[in-house]
Amino acid sequence: MTQGKYVLLVLGMMAVTYVPRATPLLLLPHIALPDRVRRWLEFVPAAIMSALVVPALFAPAGQPAFGWHNPMLLAAVPTLLVAWRTRSLGGSVIVGMAVYWLLTGRWAG
Amino acid sequence: MRRLANLRAGMRAALPIVLGYVPIGLAFGALARQIGLSLWQIGLMSAIVYAGSSQFIAVSLLGAGAGLLTIVATTFLVNLRHLLMSSALSPHLPRLSNRFLSLLAYGVTDETFALNITRLRAAPLPAFDILGVHLTAQTAWLLGSLAGGLLGNLIPPGSFGVDFALPAMFICLIVLQVRHRLDVGVVVLAGGLSLALMMVLPGSHYVAIVAAMAAATIGVAIHDAG
Repeated sequence: MTQGKYVLLVLGMMAVTYVPRATPLLLLPHIALPDRVRRWLEFVPAAIMSALVVPALFAPAGQPAFGWHNPMLLAAVPTLLVAWRTRSLGGSVIVGMAVYWLLTGRWAG
Repeated sequence: MRRLANLRAGMRAALPIVLGYVPIGLAFGALARQIGLSLWQIGLMSAIVYAGSSQFIAVSLLGAGAGLLTIVATTFLVNLRHLLMSSALSPHLPRLSNRFLSLLAYGVTDETFALNITRLRAAPLPAFDILGVHLTAQTAWLLGSLAGGLLGNLIPPGSFGVDFALPAMFICLIVLQVRHRLDVGVVVLAGGLSLALMMVLPGSHYVAIVAAMAAATIGVAIHDAG
């Protein structure tokens, strides 16, 4: 790919990425949303976070891995407990990373 | 001075995202270098496209010799989920000028969205706090990509548990979002649907958005019925 064509590619990627990011932010403040739509939008954040993270935990390599051999799934358990009990984002991330590190054994070199 | 303090608060809040973005950026930069992109080409993509998973896919497609239109169309599909995120974000944002909103729109990613919406639903946030999160996350992504392109993947996958930084952040942010029993139901449904759809339709890039929209719709239906 020539340099000019590469710049064109990145500009195209930028345009199709930016438009969905920007359109609702610029448009929605001028539209009176019905109550049901507002309620729907209130459910969206947790739903999309879950829809993104559950496949990453249960099928980290694209294949389902529900057992003890899946460190993502195992590390999720203490992370969930810490998040639930402490409601601390930093604490959950540190505990999750530490448990995952121990489980994957990369600390041994 | 108030604006600077708010910006700093946002930069501090973004720390978990930085932990996740730097190693993924390194991996992206190293991969992009492998398929023959130069440092400025890597930096350009990370600076103005700034969307992790679509950048990985774009670089893989480039390496496989795909054409410009294929890559742009795939990028559109992969990043369409941000439409849903910006829509959910919009009612919670303070009154802002179009210029400021256009600037904030650049920084909407899965991770900045998850962090900001969770905080915005708990209490109103100053606009510069949100901007601080966006600037910090984007800087981490850009510097990570450049370092990866320059030096290769400095942090091999798995070290220090960095692979788990973003999943752990999402888990905690989901917990912080859940207020009622119906919320738990919607979370379980969205996750289960997304996993099931991913297995039935491997390689589709819009599974998460479909699962989330379906779960939210069922949530509203149950709420309105009860």
